[in-house]
Amino acid sequence: MSELTREQAQALIEEVLEVYPEKAKKDRAKHLMVNDKSIEQSKKCITSNRKSLPGVMTQRGCAYAGSKGVVWGPIKDIIDISHGPVGCGAYSRGGRRNYFSGTSGVDSFCDINFTSDFQEKDIVFGGDKKLAKLIDELEGLFPLSKGISVQSECPVGLIGDDIEAVSKKKAVEIGKTIIPVRCEGFRGVSQSLGHHIANDAVRDFIISNRDEQAFEGTPYDVAILGDYNIGGDAWASRILLEEMGLRVVAQWSGDGTLTEMENTPKVKLNLLHCYRSMNYIARHMEEKYNIPWLEYNFFGPTKIKESLREIASHFDEKIQEGAERVIAKYTPAMDAIIAKFKPRLEGKKVMLYVGGLRPRHTVGAYEDLGMEVIGAGYEFAHNDDYDRTMKEMKDATLIYDDVTGYEFEEFVRQLKPDLIGSGIKEKYAFHKMGVPFRQLHSWDYSGPYHGFDGFAIFARDMDMTVNNPCWNMLKAPWLKDEAEGELKAA
Amino acid sequence: MANIMVRKSADGGLSFYLPKRDIEDSITSIEFDSPEKWGGEIKLGNGGVYYIDPIPAPRLPISVRARRVDGVE
Ligand code: SF4
Repeated sequence: MSELTREQAQALIEEVLEVYPEKAKKDRAKHLMVNDKSIEQSKKCITSNRKSLPGVMTQRGCAYAGSKGVVWGPIKDIIDISHGPVGCGAYSRGGRRNYFSGTSGVDSFCDINFTSDFQEKDIVFGGDKKLAKLIDELEGLFPLSKGISVQSECPVGLIGDDIEAVSKKKAVEIGKTIIPVRCEGFRGVSQSLGHHIANDAVRDFIISNRDEQAFEGTPYDVAILGDYNIGGDAWASRILLEEMGLRVVAQWSGDGTLTEMENTPKVKLNLLHCYRSMNYIARHMEEKYNIPWLEYNFFGPTKIKESLREIASHFDEKIQEGAERVIAKYTPAMDAIIAKFKPRLEGKKVMLYVGGLRPRHTVGAYEDLGMEVIGAGYEFAHNDDYDRTMKEMKDATLIYDDVTGYEFEEFVRQLKPDLIGSGIKEKYAFHKMGVPFRQLHSWDYSGPYHGFDGFAIFARDMDMTVNNPCWNMLKAPWLKDEAEGELKAA
Repeated sequence: MANIMVRKSADGGLSFYLPKRDIEDSITSIEFDSPEKWGGEIKLGNGGVYYIDPIPAPRLPISVRARRVDGVE
């Protein structure tokens, strides 16, 4: 499909909206836009972070998912209790593939589902006693955990349990940090508020724990915030920072530990990868500890180089030289990858619909491969995310917020992208439509995609998906003959 | 009254953040901006207007109480 003009794109949006009843149409229209680079502030043309409409299919999660699944889950030595019925936790256990080094069940707990498994009687009589008992059991079974977080599911907020009191009492008893997190699923319109609540809990219960303690710092201490180590992403980022001479004190929260988080206020610079889920704590540290923060992007060589240089500019010449050295070291390898894959991927069109940062962060990586992102959207972004996205995207591309199942399918049908990057909920619908698809939440069981090493894998995976011969075999042979016959006849 | 945070943005200007509702915006003008007196009426990029009781110029970012004078949001 050739590139759309602004008018065509606008017409497409209107055509897609046509099926909705008047009210829904009016509401959804506000969430869809055609990109216009000249606009500075996205709020003039796109509405975001609003409640999804009933009846349309949204891909959003809940606040609990944002807190337990995203922010807290990857911290490896804290046990996260999914406090409430059993179901919520089952879907947030290790499914994001946030890797950790450690022994599961001994000193690391990311991939185990701990739940208080509420029954009717817990709803009727309250679950506080059960929580206390659960904490005792955990302490007996997993003595090497460094802390426990209580992640509230919906019912806990509804029946008015006092998890704060239980946590406080038990924390004294077992001598560990216990963090009550009020992230009931019904709070807010998406997982986004869960990130915020989780950050606030970190602020209240973790960040100042070691304020009085001595710390052997160096002038080159940094922390990685908002990297969840999906498929090893944080590791692929960390080695670059270390190679240029920085010392990474903490990883938030992929492969992170409680101690690392407690030590974070001692660093000189916070490096923020996922702005949406961790800007809150970065802001707090900036205000309280005077630590500046910086957003960076480790997808694709162009952006990585930019980011490395920007990070280095906050330090002295030694680090700046380090950054140049790292860039020089990896450039030949990156050039080779681009030389190999670009001819196979050049001109292919991509549509993205992901979560916190990828719809804008991966644009550079696709462009490095000669691909073009023709549509991008977020499940739970806020306007400041769209401000950033509009700069990355080309003019007259589509931007969609909290896109509904129907709209997304319709856009794909009309724009015919060569690749879609989205999540597991979208994956099979598009496979059935015969469109190449990569999961951009969990990297489709691959990864890492961050850093120079990650780009090599990213490029290979995109090629493997787009140029996979299976896409030509989706039509049954007898139907194919017909189609071809028609072609010949015509 | 709402808690807001004022910080220096990368481009040198000031930015506004309202944590309660996760609203971010640029500050287009601030009434008082001298070492002795800082604050007063602040105007936002979205047209909103807030009022901060003037204080001696603080280290930014700072969380302060602000009153909404007029606002889109
Ligand atoms: S919305 Fe409530 S019940 Fe549903 S997954 Fe989230 S916490 Fe659990």
